[in-house]
Amino acid sequence: MSANEYVVRTKGLMKEFKLGDEVVKALNGVDLDIKRGEYLSIMGPSGSGKSTLFNAIGGLDRPDSGSVFINDTDMAQLDPRELAYLRCHTIGYIFQTFNLLPSMTALENVTLPTVFAGMTTDDGIERGIQVLTMVGLQHRLHHRPTQLSGGQQQRVAIARALANNPSIVLADEPTGNLDLKTGEEIIALLRELNKKEGVTIISATHDYKMVDVSDRVVWIRDGKIAKIEERADITLSVGGMQGTEEE
Amino acid sequence: MTATDSSHAPKHQIQLPLSKAWEISLKSIKIRFLRSLITASGILLGIAFFSFVRAVNLIPLHETGSAVVAEQSRHNFLAVMALLVCFVGIMNSMLMSVTERFKEIGTMKCLGALDKFIVTLFFIEAGLMGFFGSVLGWLMGWLIVVITQLLSGGAKELNGMFYKGSLLQAGESIVIGLAMTLVASIPTAVRAAQMPPAMALRSEV
Ligand SMILES: Nc1ncnc2c1ncn2[C@@H]1O[C@H](COP(=O)(O)OP(=O)(O)OP(=O)(O)O)[C@@H](O)[C@H]1O
Ligand SMILES: [Mg+2]
Repeated sequence: MSANEYVVRTKGLMKEFKLGDEVVKALNGVDLDIKRGEYLSIMGPSGSGKSTLFNAIGGLDRPDSGSVFINDTDMAQLDPRELAYLRCHTIGYIFQTFNLLPSMTALENVTLPTVFAGMTTDDGIERGIQVLTMVGLQHRLHHRPTQLSGGQQQRVAIARALANNPSIVLADEPTGNLDLKTGEEIIALLRELNKKEGVTIISATHDYKMVDVSDRVVWIRDGKIAKIEERADITLSVGGMQGTEEE
Repeated sequence: MTATDSSHAPKHQIQLPLSKAWEISLKSIKIRFLRSLITASGILLGIAFFSFVRAVNLIPLHETGSAVVAEQSRHNFLAVMALLVCFVGIMNSMLMSVTERFKEIGTMKCLGALDKFIVTLFFIEAGLMGFFGSVLGWLMGWLIVVITQLLSGGAKELNGMFYKGSLLQAGESIVIGLAMTLVASIPTAVRAAQMPPAMALRSEV
C-alpha cells in the first residue's frame, strides 16, 4: 500500500484573505507529498504563505479549497471530535513563540496533551518525565516558563509536542525567537528526534541553518511552490545559499 | 512509533475528568490573581449592595401602610439596578480575560482540547469567582445593616425573625450572584471555544 509512504499529502490548496478590497492569495494551489520519516523544511520570504500552509496541514484552519490528507485521511471529512483527536495524537505542534501555558510548570505543560489523550495522571507524569529527559531538561521539571530561558522553553515545547508519540511534528519558525547558538541546538535536537524516533518533521523557517539538516527543502513564494530541492542538491550549493532564495 | 489512524478513533475520546479542569482553572485563577480579584470584587460589591437593601427590608419600619410599601419598592429597585450594573461589569471583565487568553486557548486546542473543555474551564473559573464574591458580598451587606442597626440602638429589632430572614437572604444572594456570573460568562466562553485555533494563535497580546 502506498498508504505508508506519505504521511501528508496536499492537493490544490487555496486560501485567500480579504483585507478590505485587496485579496491576498496566501496559498495558491499547493500540491505537496511528504514522506514518512522525512525532515522537510518549508522556506520562503516573509508573507509567502508558510504559516498558512502550516495551519492547513495542522488542521488549525480550513483551506478555501483543495485537500489535506494525513495518513490517507481527508482532513475535511473529520468532525470536530475527530479533528481534536488528530491534533492530540497524530500531530505535535511547535511555535516560534513557544506557547507554553504560563500557569503551569514544564512537567505540567508536557503532561497536558496526555490528559487530553485520556492517559491516567501517573502514566502521564511518567511519560512527561521521559520526554523532558529526551530533550535534556530532566533537571527543570518544576520550573515555570518564566523561570526558563528561551531555548529551554522551546525544548519544553518540543517535549510537549512529542508527548503523545505523534507521527508528525509541525514547527513554525521554531528558531525564530532564539539566538544563533540556541537555534543550532534546537535544530540539532529536532534532527536527532527525527533520526531516533522516526518522527516526520515539517518546519516552516527563515533559518538557513535548517537547510543543512533537511532531507528536502520546499521553497515557496506567493503561495506557490517555487521549487523542491533534495538534500543532495542542497549540499552542492551550500556556498550560494543566499542566492538560492533569490532565484 | 504509533501512526494513528484518526478515522476510527473517536469512540474513547477524551472523557476528561472534571478534576483536571478544576486543577487547570485554579492555576489559571492563581496566575491571574489580581484580575480574578478585581472581577470577584465587582461581584462582591454588587451583591453587597443587593444584600444590604434586602436586609434593611427585614427591619420593621416605624412608618405604616403605604409608606412602608413605597420605601420597600424603592429599595428593591435599587437592588435590581445594583445587580444589573454588576452583571454588565462581570460580562466585561470576562470578555477582557478571554481576549488576553486567546493564545492559550489556541494552544490547548492544538494539544487536543475539545470546545467543550474550553467552555468548562471558563465556567469553573466564573463559578468560583461568582461563589466567593457572592458569599463575601452577602456577608458585607448584611454586616453593614447589623452594625448600623446596633450603633443606632436598635438591637431589639435584630430578633429571631431577622436572623431567619437573613439566612434565606444569604441563600438568595448566593444563588443570584452565582447564576448572574455564569450567565454573564456565556458569551465569552462560547466565543473562546468556537474560535478556530489558527486565529486564536495569531493574536498577540
Ligand atoms: N488571518 C489573516 N488575515 C489576513 N491576511 C492574512 C492572515 N493570515 C495570513 N495573511 C496573509 O497571507 C499571506 C501569507 O501569510 P503567512 O503568515 O502564511 O506568511 P509567512 O510565510 O508565514 O510569513 P512569515 O515568514 O513572516 O511568518 C500574507 O500576505 C499575510 O498578510
Ligand atoms: Mg509565518
